[in-house]
Amino acid sequence: MSNFKMHMLVCGGTGCISAESELIVSNLQSELEAVGMGDQVQVLKTGCFGFCEKGPVVKVLPDNTFYVEVKPADAAELVKEHIVKGRKVERLLYMDPDKKERVADSKNMDFYKKQMRIALRNCGFIDPDKVEEYIARDGYHALGMAVTSMTPQEVINVIKESGLRGRGGGGFPTGLKWEFASKYDADQKYVVCNADEGDPGAFMDRSILEGDPHSIIEAMAICGYAIGASKGQVYIRAEYPLAIKRLEKGIQDAREAGLLGENIMGTDFSFDIELSFGAGAFVCGEETALIHSMEGERGEPTTKPPFPAESGYWGKPTNVNNVETLANIPIILLKGSAWFAGIGTEKSKGTKVFALAGKINNVGLIEVPMGTTLREVIYDIGGGIKNGKKFKAVQTGGPSGGCLTEKDLDTPIDFDNLIAKGSMMGSGGMIVMDEDDCMPAVAKFYLEFTEEESCGKCTPCRIGTKRLSELLEMVTEGKAEVKHLDEMKRLSRVIKDTALCGLGQTAPNPVLSTLDAFYDEYLAHVQDKKCPAGQCTHLMTYTIDPEACVGCTACRRVCPVEAITGEVKKPHVIDQDKCIKCGACYDKCKFNAISVN
Amino acid sequence: MSEVKIIIDGKEVHVAKGSTVLDAAKKIGVDIPTLCHLDLHDTKMVNQAASCRVCVVEVEGRRNLAPSCATPVVEGMVVKTNTIRVMEARKTVLELLVSDHPKECLSCAKAGDCELQDLTELCGLRGDSISGTAMSTYKKDITPSLIRDMDKCVLCRRCETMCNKVQEVGALSGINRGFNAVVSSAFELPMAETVCTHCGQCVAVCPTGALTEMNHTWKVVEALADPTKTVIVQTAPAVRVALGEEFGNEPGSIVTGKMVSALKAIGFDHVFDTDFTADLTILEEGTELLERLENFLEGKEGPSLPILTSCCPAWVNFVESQFHELIDIPSTARSPQQMFGSVAKTYFADKLGIKREDLVVVSVMPCLAKKFEASREEFAVDGNPDVDLVMSTRELADLIKQMNIDMEELEESEFDNPLGMSTGAGVIFGTTGGVIEAAVRTAYEVRTKKPLPKIDFEELRGFDGVRVASVAMDDVVLNIGIAHGLGNAKALLTEIRDGNPRNIHAVEVMACPGGCIGGAGQPYHHGDSSILMKRQAAIYQVDKNMPIRKSHENPAIAEIYEKFLGKPLSEKAHHLLHTHYHMKDKA
Repeated sequence: MSNFKMHMLVCGGTGCISAESELIVSNLQSELEAVGMGDQVQVLKTGCFGFCEKGPVVKVLPDNTFYVEVKPADAAELVKEHIVKGRKVERLLYMDPDKKERVADSKNMDFYKKQMRIALRNCGFIDPDKVEEYIARDGYHALGMAVTSMTPQEVINVIKESGLRGRGGGGFPTGLKWEFASKYDADQKYVVCNADEGDPGAFMDRSILEGDPHSIIEAMAICGYAIGASKGQVYIRAEYPLAIKRLEKGIQDAREAGLLGENIMGTDFSFDIELSFGAGAFVCGEETALIHSMEGERGEPTTKPPFPAESGYWGKPTNVNNVETLANIPIILLKGSAWFAGIGTEKSKGTKVFALAGKINNVGLIEVPMGTTLREVIYDIGGGIKNGKKFKAVQTGGPSGGCLTEKDLDTPIDFDNLIAKGSMMGSGGMIVMDEDDCMPAVAKFYLEFTEEESCGKCTPCRIGTKRLSELLEMVTEGKAEVKHLDEMKRLSRVIKDTALCGLGQTAPNPVLSTLDAFYDEYLAHVQDKKCPAGQCTHLMTYTIDPEACVGCTACRRVCPVEAITGEVKKPHVIDQDKCIKCGACYDKCKFNAISVN
Repeated sequence: MSEVKIIIDGKEVHVAKGSTVLDAAKKIGVDIPTLCHLDLHDTKMVNQAASCRVCVVEVEGRRNLAPSCATPVVEGMVVKTNTIRVMEARKTVLELLVSDHPKECLSCAKAGDCELQDLTELCGLRGDSISGTAMSTYKKDITPSLIRDMDKCVLCRRCETMCNKVQEVGALSGINRGFNAVVSSAFELPMAETVCTHCGQCVAVCPTGALTEMNHTWKVVEALADPTKTVIVQTAPAVRVALGEEFGNEPGSIVTGKMVSALKAIGFDHVFDTDFTADLTILEEGTELLERLENFLEGKEGPSLPILTSCCPAWVNFVESQFHELIDIPSTARSPQQMFGSVAKTYFADKLGIKREDLVVVSVMPCLAKKFEASREEFAVDGNPDVDLVMSTRELADLIKQMNIDMEELEESEFDNPLGMSTGAGVIFGTTGGVIEAAVRTAYEVRTKKPLPKIDFEELRGFDGVRVASVAMDDVVLNIGIAHGLGNAKALLTEIRDGNPRNIHAVEVMACPGGCIGGAGQPYHHGDSSILMKRQAAIYQVDKNMPIRKSHENPAIAEIYEKFLGKPLSEKAHHLLHTHYHMKDKA
């Protein structure tokens, strides 16, 4: 970044690209050419900035101006005003919703203030396609240090002492995992990067791979050195084409730079990486299922032991780490285990990336130190609930996490606290719900996901999740009785206790946690046949007020099931047995004669 | 091997390292219920899918319950198999299985033999206790040998393990996800269009009624009731050492005489023995072997060595679909079942003076592939099959019971003549190594023109999956390869295809573990592979008890050649007793 006076960083994450950010890049370039500044200002397509709510994002350096919701047509104004005249384009600056003021510098935005970006350290700062930019930010320095001046055990010790735990869901200590794999003797070992990000709404792994692919390549090589593996394999879902493209380019560039391949940096250590493409099955995030899928077998888990560290890919000792976990490795080696262990809580060190979604103002990707409270995440960083509604619950840990409520808002987020609260860290999905969300319906939504994504191998997951989701359907349709709630509890308990892999063992979490925290809401569905949130269509009743009805027949004509009868200019009536609660009559009535409750 | 001490239900048990909790529990008489688990270690069949979760137990210090079938013992482990937590889990898992299982137990082919039914009874399931109504349903698939009713599948994956890991046929695999997951063929093709060999070993291990045989019992009854038909029956060698198990006899009981009486009581007009045509097979195949040996020794044109036996129909199917390179090396001799049908509908029908259409030939076989074999069009004349109906050992047992025949009380009787006379060489066709031993007994004497120094070729016997032995016949040493189980056969055949380094001249293959004694039509062994050993010992005992033990010394065989066939490999013999093979491209 040396010869240019200014840089314009344009977000090249998948979300912003789909909002035409690539066109913004080319428009900026041609506008700069037009004013004769093409050689003074560099336009860069970077990885994700995280503030997806307000994308596409354009950041101007060195003054750190942060433009939001930029359109390709804005390129001319940005160049003419900001670059040529040095005047910020006010209308494209972020508007602080509380103070109603424009904020120019991202450092002053609430969204970024409480964040600490370690795993995402390079996302949004470098051009992911340029290995030299990664190197300029100390990239591959950790690998060089490891292979030239550290023993494999010393590397493992640093990771162990750092307290890093797996970011893929289980939270298993990473250093310990490496140590297991290093202990087994074999003619071949493997390092596998689990890039099969499957939680709906979570996209931190994709963003890291898209925004900073070399950090993963470097970390895999470090891991290979530590455990004695010469081959690395990235298992990545085929529906991440941009991440695949950048990873492929990264691997190619690293090979050409001598950072992968034979005798890395002139040492005896050799390591190379290949990609395996997954078809997008959620269960393939489970490491044994992932390995079977890589081997061309059906993607379904097998019981552990044997653990992959003993018998993994092709029966060889294999270490599987998730993308975000790996992204932490190089910087831990560079800054030391004490630095990393100084961040976070007693048993959960470092930071965690969360994908904020749902009824929250600032949807996006954030990274905070472990121990940050849910309140800080939701209100300070996330900007609170959309449209001023009341917070109801937050689902953490993806589809098999649990729902946390108001009383949990001040809980410091870490692996153990979330499990103690009946949820889990998972891969870091965080979906916020407001007062309009019906909790039984939310639980049903997640159960339907796990039910469909179950591989079908073990009985409790194959049939148990089906029965659970059927019971939830009965609840939301008002067909359940109180005894069915007890049945749901028993089923959930047994599924958790007997399912073969993590998918099944955690699948009942949304049911158990909502039953626990929102039992009254379940009872309302079951006993009163009412949905307090007004979401369960089966429990709604549409009625026509005979006083207000003028007999215009509009509702009768729009009803798709002929549930409405009545003569012209006389009050109409809805036959409740026929009504399918579609709401068409309600929308059609011009006289506010139809009510729903 | 080092030992590990663990505690199960308060009792201390010492077991070898590497054992499972289930093994350890068995050792002290704690009977943990299982469903998907199946360990037939003598045939290398171990199904450790750990998928049903019926056998879960509590392990101290472990967060969730552990599947005892797949959890290795660890020193000091404390296991509880009978806590409320375990019992609730087991019962709930069974309730879940039952909730997605057709309630057709009254009319299910597996009623009484169903392992799921046994478990629901054991665990006290009564009525429907889990809500939910959706059933996973699949199209029924019917072949001449098998019926796949996957609505009854419990995803134990035993069939898949058997088909892929033991038989290495590769016709079955788990497909779909979640509630719709099921074991199926590639692209869900009908089994008839796949590489399925109809060996039926999937049926032999299926715990429920998901995989059963195509039942011919009632068709046999209808034929017997038809006054215009003469109905005759042949029984394969392995049936007589297994049928008794269905009537409470010890495995390995020999019930030949009672079986013949039962068949007569059922109403068959003539009760014959497939052992007779087994002897005939030896004359044909043995002569072919010697002819091909001469070709081999003298470097003549024409088919040479090695020669493969061809009496196992699943094996023939396997070669036709998966070993195209070796399609020319199996013997052209038909199987004993088909030789019987062919001889019965010509030689015997002539003798009776009836048309072949009026003669119904029924087989009782330990095998399900025999049903398919009988339906092959090359074994029919103008659409009339040589063998009309094929019953399994199990079906015969059912028919005997349906006819109120008391096996215990029956007197023993002899097979009818002329197609009932056989030798010890014929009966050992029922076990692995038997066909080739019978062939060697004859080939040796025919070639050397000297009597055998000893009849029992111990070197050809045993239970190892692949065995190679050498037999000296004067100037020539014949190297013999034997394989049972298609996976073992595949390994041996691959070795031969890739250069035959051990210079094997003759190969016997039987598709089922143990040979026909372990056939898929035999009484269910329910995971106890010692039963197969006992049947094998019984087969050799029957051989020992026979007055004549070499096929070429069978006087009825001499008679049929003299009166009807001429000599082995004559034109008539070729026409009636030999066949040809087709390469088949299948998924």
